[in-house]
Amino acid sequence: MKILTPNSIPEALRMLKDGSPDARPIAGATDLLVHWPDQRTSHAGPFVDLSRIDALRGHRWTEDELVLGALTTYWDIITDPRANDELPILPRAARTVGAVQIQTRGTWAGNIANASPAADGVPALMALDAEVETAGENDTARVPLDAFYLGYKQLNMQPGWIITAIHVPRRRCDFSSFIKVGTRNAQAITKVGAAVTHSDAGWRVVANSMAPTVRRCRALEDALDRGISIASPDALIPLLEQDLAPIDDIRSTAAYRMNVLARVLFHELAPVCPFIGTTSGRNAP
Amino acid sequence: MAASTRIEGIDKLAGRERYIDDLDIPGCWWGMTKRSPVPRGTIREIRFGPGVDWSEFVVVDHRDIPGPNQVRLIELDQPVLASEYVRHVHEPVVLIAHPSRAMCRRAIREIEIIVDPEPAALDFRVPPAPEQIQHGPDNVLSHLTITKGDAERALRDAPHIIEGVYETGAQEHVYLETQGMAAWEEDGTIVVKGSMQCPYYVLNALTHALARDEKHVRVVQAPTGGGFGGKEDFPSVIALHAALLALKAGRPVKIIYDRAEDMACTTKRHPALVRHRTGVDSDGRLLAQQIEMTIDGGAYVTLSPVVLSRGIIHAGGPYACDNVSIVGRAVFTNAVPFGAFRGFGAPQSQFAGERHMDRIARTLGIDPAELRRRNLIRDGQTTSTSQTINDGTDRVAVLDTAIRLADAEKNQQEDRAFNASHPYLRRGTGIACIYHGGGFTGSGEVHLASRLHVAALPDGRVEVRTATTEIGQGMLTIFTDIAADRLGLDRSRVTIADADTARVPNSGPTVASRTAMVVGKLVEDACDDLRRTLGLDPVARGGAVTDAIDNWYRTHPDREPVGRAQYRQPPGIHWDDETYRGDAYGTFAWAAYAARVEVDLRTFQTRVLGFQTVQEIGKVLNETLARGQIAGGVVQAIGWALLEECVWRDGAMANAQLTNYIIPTAADVPPIGVHFLENPYPHGARGAKGIGELPMDGPAPAIANAVADALGVEPDTIPLTPERLMELMTHARA
Amino acid sequence: MRAPETHSTEIHLVVNGESTRVSVDTDERLLDTLRLRLGLTGTKEGCGEGECGACTVLLDGLPVNACLVPAVQAAGRSVETIESIAPDRLGHMLESGATQCGACTPGVVISSHWVRENPHLLRTHSIRELMAGNLCRCTGYDGIVEGLAAAIDAENPDTHDNGERA
Ligand SMILES: Cc1cc2nc3c(=O)[nH]c(=O)nc-3n(C[C@H](O)[C@H](O)[C@H](O)COP(=O)(O)OP(=O)(O)OC[C@H]3O[C@@H](n4cnc5c(N)ncnc54)[C@H](O)[C@@H]3O)c2cc1C
Ligand code: FES
Ligand code: FES
Repeated sequence: MKILTPNSIPEALRMLKDGSPDARPIAGATDLLVHWPDQRTSHAGPFVDLSRIDALRGHRWTEDELVLGALTTYWDIITDPRANDELPILPRAARTVGAVQIQTRGTWAGNIANASPAADGVPALMALDAEVETAGENDTARVPLDAFYLGYKQLNMQPGWIITAIHVPRRRCDFSSFIKVGTRNAQAITKVGAAVTHSDAGWRVVANSMAPTVRRCRALEDALDRGISIASPDALIPLLEQDLAPIDDIRSTAAYRMNVLARVLFHELAPVCPFIGTTSGRNAP
Repeated sequence: MAASTRIEGIDKLAGRERYIDDLDIPGCWWGMTKRSPVPRGTIREIRFGPGVDWSEFVVVDHRDIPGPNQVRLIELDQPVLASEYVRHVHEPVVLIAHPSRAMCRRAIREIEIIVDPEPAALDFRVPPAPEQIQHGPDNVLSHLTITKGDAERALRDAPHIIEGVYETGAQEHVYLETQGMAAWEEDGTIVVKGSMQCPYYVLNALTHALARDEKHVRVVQAPTGGGFGGKEDFPSVIALHAALLALKAGRPVKIIYDRAEDMACTTKRHPALVRHRTGVDSDGRLLAQQIEMTIDGGAYVTLSPVVLSRGIIHAGGPYACDNVSIVGRAVFTNAVPFGAFRGFGAPQSQFAGERHMDRIARTLGIDPAELRRRNLIRDGQTTSTSQTINDGTDRVAVLDTAIRLADAEKNQQEDRAFNASHPYLRRGTGIACIYHGGGFTGSGEVHLASRLHVAALPDGRVEVRTATTEIGQGMLTIFTDIAADRLGLDRSRVTIADADTARVPNSGPTVASRTAMVVGKLVEDACDDLRRTLGLDPVARGGAVTDAIDNWYRTHPDREPVGRAQYRQPPGIHWDDETYRGDAYGTFAWAAYAARVEVDLRTFQTRVLGFQTVQEIGKVLNETLARGQIAGGVVQAIGWALLEECVWRDGAMANAQLTNYIIPTAADVPPIGVHFLENPYPHGARGAKGIGELPMDGPAPAIANAVADALGVEPDTIPLTPERLMELMTHARA
Repeated sequence: MRAPETHSTEIHLVVNGESTRVSVDTDERLLDTLRLRLGLTGTKEGCGEGECGACTVLLDGLPVNACLVPAVQAAGRSVETIESIAPDRLGHMLESGATQCGACTPGVVISSHWVRENPHLLRTHSIRELMAGNLCRCTGYDGIVEGLAAAIDAENPDTHDNGERA
């Protein structure tokens, strides 16, 4: 099995085409190299290493966007004071990914492309209305992140294409929150997660580990936008069920996931939404 | 005594310690294991795929075993390699070796073991269906009872009877270094070197199945990256596999398990189910204890009977009660065999016992600490096996010290106010009083008859020769210091021989918290004997000893002076294996633990806010090492209590990855408060008692009791994962 | 069976300050390059899944799990392993009981070294968060956290310890 090492985007795209259908890009390798000694024997390959492509490196702030090059790591954002200041849910989410050794290598683009329902970077980006910029040999595209998943591990991107950048609007949020209920406090896969923002664009509630893909909870967003009163955590569940379908797996149960998501969202929202919670202010846990 | 630093500490910190996987053995091939895909059945066929040139490989199956196809341990029921029948998933069937590890990985997938499956017994808690019975009438492989007084009658007369059922799950050791072993033949001797706790267990297994005498087998411990019991019994299996491959290949072969194989295929802590029925008077005094403990014995006997034994002996807790009936059963199932794990049955039974004490307290409306104070064994009273405790330790003071250091009373007041006002966080405090017998149970130490030598070397140093192994617990440091102190030498003048069966006598296994207390004592005795050999008087120290060594070699240049020691039972110990009565252990270490937790009612997660331990362990030989044993044990037990769940599917561990089997990280635990009380044990090295296992016993019940305090529910099953706590609270509400 | 298809390439990297050329399989892990080709066995494999941190090395000054780094990605970059740590920097960890069995220890020491070199991280992170990628089954972490805190205090006498750090 081979790892190819292109120096430019066109070269990478050519290698991906030549190696199709098995060729795959590789960035921080934190997903691809897990259990590698066993995986490498079953993988047809080749891998196309993006790490030497300068055009994909780094992140920059434009007038109205934060642009994450495809090689931008979690650590890049954790250590950017501006990100902490302006878009705090990004560094907050990044700090919950694995531990430092993963944060220094894992990329935001890899998190999107890997398409795990438990991805932690994706909900934070989606709650900020991020867009994904992709490129193929002869064309490029820009797709809203919340339209990027077509189903479990299915991307709205042509085979042989890569993600080149992620565009995050520099929109002021008057509320943002990132919730991760993991298997432990660090090095944890999310069992229940959500990113919530409120801005001029309205409410965004994005859940991970609650459906085959990371997903917006549109019914709840709509209820929040309209100010519909919600008295208890349990009253959130029917709204969440319209968009989410958690499952039982080796890490948790569907019942736990739904119950807990309702509870954490309720207690995040109650202090900032007058229409959420009991009138007495003494809310059920 | 001031803590001297760890002998091999700098080598470990600098990455210079060479574990078995780090050794470059010339000409070495890699070995790998093909295993049963199902929990029970008859092997119909073994297919070797056509895509592999098998002539490049060495392939071993049961027909290659020179001696009996048995892993010698307590019983001889476990085959080295399954021949016709498999009794658990992942049971080893075929071994292969090849110069390339990658080729081994590919080839192993090209072997198919075809088994006609039979109904497997996979739940030890329920009686087996007729088609699941594989041993005796009911699959019970070990049955033990302890009787004191008349529990039945006392229960009839008791004003209050309180019952409870408690369950604990399997636990994976997760020693950071996976199992690994290399083997080769050298001048007609088979040499096996690897990660292990007990070189002589491995030696005995090898001589038996390879049909060789002890002279033609040599076992050498490599630096070992953690054991916790997981490298007590299992290394015999992998050593046999490596040896069989090496013999057939005619060259060295190394087997290193990767993490997934290690987690899925090696032993774990026995799951247990414990029932309590207790008679108490209105003051909460224990009148009768009726206890039934059942453990999952897994597919082969391994160490289950002795785990059960230690489990039931500790089941009654450190309390005085005149009428006790304890019944223990180990049940055969088709689970991957369970084995030794720090605590050895006692954590399971004391989880139940200490949870039950809280249930009694709550039922009677007595403060849990006060209930314990009233019942803790006083000197002159007896344990459940009728062992009279007379060591002068004030066990009530142990408890009260823990409560004081944990600030428990103040915290509880604050927490009550906090709980009344916080929307979703609830705090609580729980305690547990525990004890742990040091050394082998009953007459075990007498049967072991452990030996140890201290030799004087021509360069003037003394060398301790022992089969006790350094597995992280600090043996090298402790033994060096004991010998240096005994002989009045600088520690640089003491060296510890490699644990190599060709050079060291059998000091018994490195288990059961016996290293410092039992074997450490032998270091002292052997030092004394060395003095005698050198013709010194019994108090000679320092310069007198080195001078005597110099003199010795001047007069007998080719005879090495050796001091020898063998275990002698301290006077006045009586144990009856038939009735399970008497002095189960030479001595017990005593402890009280206090946990403060915070439960998040949104997520049902339990966070340990503070943890205080107080233990009376005889004598602290080295403060840093002792603290490390306690803190490490507590954190391992916090994992068992809250996080570590083996998920079983058809008898196999479905979460055999570190991503999915969750042990605590630094961010999951608070600093652990460690406080020692000393009451020297006259028959332990410098007064030491056992320490290694004690910290595994108390944290789980203390934490569960704290959750009960915080929420008013009774968490009787661990691990208390958020999912399990949610279920419990849903039922409590319904 | 055909021998697994391997492709080798020569890479150039700086290992512990020394410029090094080594021939690697293009799909090999940096961990194996260090251990098997360069004989730097101080770096351990505890899991091969990025979970335990026993294989932690510094890649261009940042801690990474060498089991998750393709060797070819290290080309042209600097790698620091446990072998680069001077023994005189280990005193605090020795005193505090930071090592027991030693299997996690090289990774722990590398991560600690990185924190010590970057004490400003403690303005935003706790020691426990920074060390959470290094699993240890023996120490319960107190020996590690205390040793690291003591080393940082000794090296940064001006920093006021607000007690939050651990
Ligand atoms: C121990 C551990 C803990 C982890 N913890 C978390 C966690 O808490 N939360 C979390 O969300 N994730 C976690 N992960 C998963 C992983 O680290 C992240 O998903 C990371 O963001 C992946 O990025 P990468 O660059 O390393 O991806 P890679 O492994 O390089 O690639 C992942 C996938 O994305 C594709 N890909 C990468 N870059 C591109 C691109 N530019 N265009 C198209 N396709 C691309 C690859 O082909 C591959 O399919 C963890 C992983 C490990 C090993
Ligand atoms: S071996 Fe790399 S993280 Fe465990
Ligand atoms: S010292 Fe053994 S795992 Fe850390």
